[in-house]
Amino acid sequence: MMNVKMRNWLIGAGTPVLLLTAWWLSSENSTDPFFPPLRTILVRFQELWLFEHFQSDVLVSLGNLFLGFAIAAAAGVGIGCATALVPTVRWMVDPLIHFLRGIPPVALVPIFISLIGFGTEMRVASIALAALFPTMIATVDGIRSVSNDLMDVARVYRLSRRERLLNVLLPAATPQIFSGLQVSLQVAFIVMIASEMLGSSQGIGAMTLLAQQSFMTADMWAGILLLGVIGFLVNVLFGLLKHRVLSWYIGSRRMARAA
Amino acid sequence: MSIRQLATLSPRPRKSSMAQQPETRISTTTPRLDVAHLAKSYGSGEKAHKVIEDLTFTVDAGEIVCIVGPSGVGKTTLLKCLAGLHPASSGRASIDGRAISGPPAEMALVFQDYNRSLMPWLTVRKNLILPLRHLRLPASELKERCDSALAAVGLSHAGNQYPWQLSGGMQQRVAIARALAYRPEILIMDEPFASVDAQTRFDLEDLCLKIRRDFNMTILVVTHDIDEAVYLADRVVVLGSRPARVLKVVDVDLPVPREQITTRSLPEFARQRTEVLSLIKRPA
Repeated sequence: MMNVKMRNWLIGAGTPVLLLTAWWLSSENSTDPFFPPLRTILVRFQELWLFEHFQSDVLVSLGNLFLGFAIAAAAGVGIGCATALVPTVRWMVDPLIHFLRGIPPVALVPIFISLIGFGTEMRVASIALAALFPTMIATVDGIRSVSNDLMDVARVYRLSRRERLLNVLLPAATPQIFSGLQVSLQVAFIVMIASEMLGSSQGIGAMTLLAQQSFMTADMWAGILLLGVIGFLVNVLFGLLKHRVLSWYIGSRRMARAA
Repeated sequence: MSIRQLATLSPRPRKSSMAQQPETRISTTTPRLDVAHLAKSYGSGEKAHKVIEDLTFTVDAGEIVCIVGPSGVGKTTLLKCLAGLHPASSGRASIDGRAISGPPAEMALVFQDYNRSLMPWLTVRKNLILPLRHLRLPASELKERCDSALAAVGLSHAGNQYPWQLSGGMQQRVAIARALAYRPEILIMDEPFASVDAQTRFDLEDLCLKIRRDFNMTILVVTHDIDEAVYLADRVVVLGSRPARVLKVVDVDLPVPREQITTRSLPEFARQRTEVLSLIKRPA
């Protein structure tokens, strides 16, 4: 059993290494200005991101991402609960969701620029609004699909409304809420970059676009590489959190499959 | 006329021939649980679907009463009315003379499907504690209640496990332990042993008798298993189907304490199970 696990792990870790090696080798003698050697890209990567612009751009981008995502997550779960539980809110919000979810999140950025301007507020607001919907929709679905049996138990044992929400409905809906959060995180990441590319002088997106426009191709590639690394790490962190919070769900699913 | 005679009154005249039941007991006090002319239908007007026609029976303090009837007869609906989850369409159910309008504080319910009645995100112990939180008990009493409830169902070792890590029979025992920790005066069980294997079933039946002995609870069990009903009950309420109505209330005169092998091999046991079975088998 251990061998299969090891092998799978090796395949998972080995493939990117192989691809990087292939990139390294094939670009080694490249003179194409738009396809610089990986060696050059990595040098620029280190110079640009690890020292010079780490605080001024990388941290700023990440700060916006997390702030926007946190707002989206809190508001998404909150509004989702209200929508699922309060009929009046449901009638108000339901048609609105279907209208707004159809708009590509990135398309919201120009509106925010004209409304709020180019500052951090604009970026955080676009990230938060765009990332709100997946979490909110998943929360509504999650809460509505909590089984009647569980709610009967809650009522027979006379749990208060507050207890029913916090100790029954929300935990029961967490698997779906987390699926929503995962999508929200992707959207937040996309909008973070888009908001920086559209009218900003700060952030990884802005730096990358600037490099492209000034024909500093290696810098541009370095920027893309950084985005990939950050995206990967953010997902790993989220996966760890999910694994922790949903360990009961993962365990019970595994048990159900084994039975 | 005693309440128990009322129990057998049926709206259909030809059924009343079965109402000749010897009066073995007459309750002089208010019954613990009193169901009088209870009816439940879904929908209204022409399309109304009658699930329960006219149910009348009582449960006295400290009694075990079993309700048997063909499947789909509306037993679960009846329990939901008694538990205050559904309002009755007409008639009433009351505890100590007070009409049930919402889940009563002195009642706990063990559901049919343990799989969907335990919280999978909570450990066994936390499942037991959840209904107790709003009682604001001191930590020592909380612990004492959990410990004794788990000990009563033989799961002292499983407190920190999750329900889904346990077998079906153990999960149903957790559900029973949760009810015990709640310290209800009236325990209602909806086909509690329907989805466990035969051996576990015998154990859980004896657990039910033990609970009544140890905690002096009033217990109402819905089951479709006639042997189980006769084995457990002081009285068996036999329901006829569609819509549900009481065919007869059978007094079970088996000696106590009951024991799986000896009780079930008594000629009296066979006689009483035949009586109940023939009532159910009789074409409606």
